[in-house]
Amino acid sequence: MNVKQPFEMVVSDHGPTVLRVCRAVLGSVDADDAWSDTFLAAMKAYPDLPAGANIEAWLVTIAHRKAIDITRARSRQAIPTDMVPETPVSPPVERDDDLADALDRLPNKQKQAVAYHYLAGLPYADVADILGGSTDAARRAAADGIAALRRTYRGSEPLTARPGKE
Amino acid sequence: MNTNDNVLIRDLARSIDGTDTMTALRARLAAAADRDGVLDVAYRIIDGPVGPLLAAATERGLVRVAYAVEDHDAVLQTLADKVSPRILHAPARLDAVARELDQYFAGTRRDFDLPLDWQLSAGFRSTVLHHLPEISYGQTASYATVAKLAGNPKAVRAVGTACATNPLPVVVPCHRVVRSDGTMGGYLGGVEAKRFLLTLEAAA
Repeated sequence: MNVKQPFEMVVSDHGPTVLRVCRAVLGSVDADDAWSDTFLAAMKAYPDLPAGANIEAWLVTIAHRKAIDITRARSRQAIPTDMVPETPVSPPVERDDDLADALDRLPNKQKQAVAYHYLAGLPYADVADILGGSTDAARRAAADGIAALRRTYRGSEPLTARPGKE
Repeated sequence: MNTNDNVLIRDLARSIDGTDTMTALRARLAAAADRDGVLDVAYRIIDGPVGPLLAAATERGLVRVAYAVEDHDAVLQTLADKVSPRILHAPARLDAVARELDQYFAGTRRDFDLPLDWQLSAGFRSTVLHHLPEISYGQTASYATVAKLAGNPKAVRAVGTACATNPLPVVVPCHRVVRSDGTMGGYLGGVEAKRFLLTLEAAA
């Protein structure tokens, strides 16, 4: 028998991770729409998902496509440009944002590879399937992305709490 | 990957964490799924004097009421297997159910006026359950009497099974079926719950 969890459990188990992936790839303003589009599409297709499928990889694949749709829709509204704006269009969320900003400045492929491998935990073979291209290319993009984040990021030396806080 | 990268990833995940918006996003998903006709089963938990009741509805009507002793997680899994896995916590579809149950437990409602989806009961069990509303509020009937009502006087045991597997307890009043000697008999929600309901109805 095709045993499948209630979709509510899929949302509980994977909702927060998929939202972090959407925020990483699109920024926090568009992430809510991408998350909603992703889970609505997933719910429609859920009865036909083969039993034993990797649900996280399936959801991230849908999220990837929805993020592309949203980016396209947004660029149709905006003046086309190849330049990444120096300052973010939307005000950054009010938290320790060095890293989120650094992530936002990464080239798309690197940003996606970091999100899908490091945040969603997908193996590079799955990341390559989503991005198109080889497993090695996916691995390189993620490594380059992490290296760039490390150059920008100052706050990660201490493993314990930072002095002076709390 | 070295330890510093682990810290970096952890801080990155934290900096873009959206756990605080999950509740709003889930409510938005439930509304969109309902609008698009893909919310096959909506459920909510309704608190009352017999403990939390799980109430689940399809687009046709109330399909399941379950006591906590039935294990709500197991009940949801059975709904996924037998009805559809497209199940969400979506309280809005159960508003009327919650209101009528509240009134019933407050003693101000004697009959439920709710659309019911009977798909979880079949055959003679279904026939038995369809006859239960003929036992009025505050009254009881024996398993043998219900067997007669259902058109098969010898099927006393089958009536017991039908009551024990009633997918819609409280609303479909299997608690009003008792032993011929007047003792209560068993109940899928536990004997205490049965006593509570019969006492409630006797007092009102």
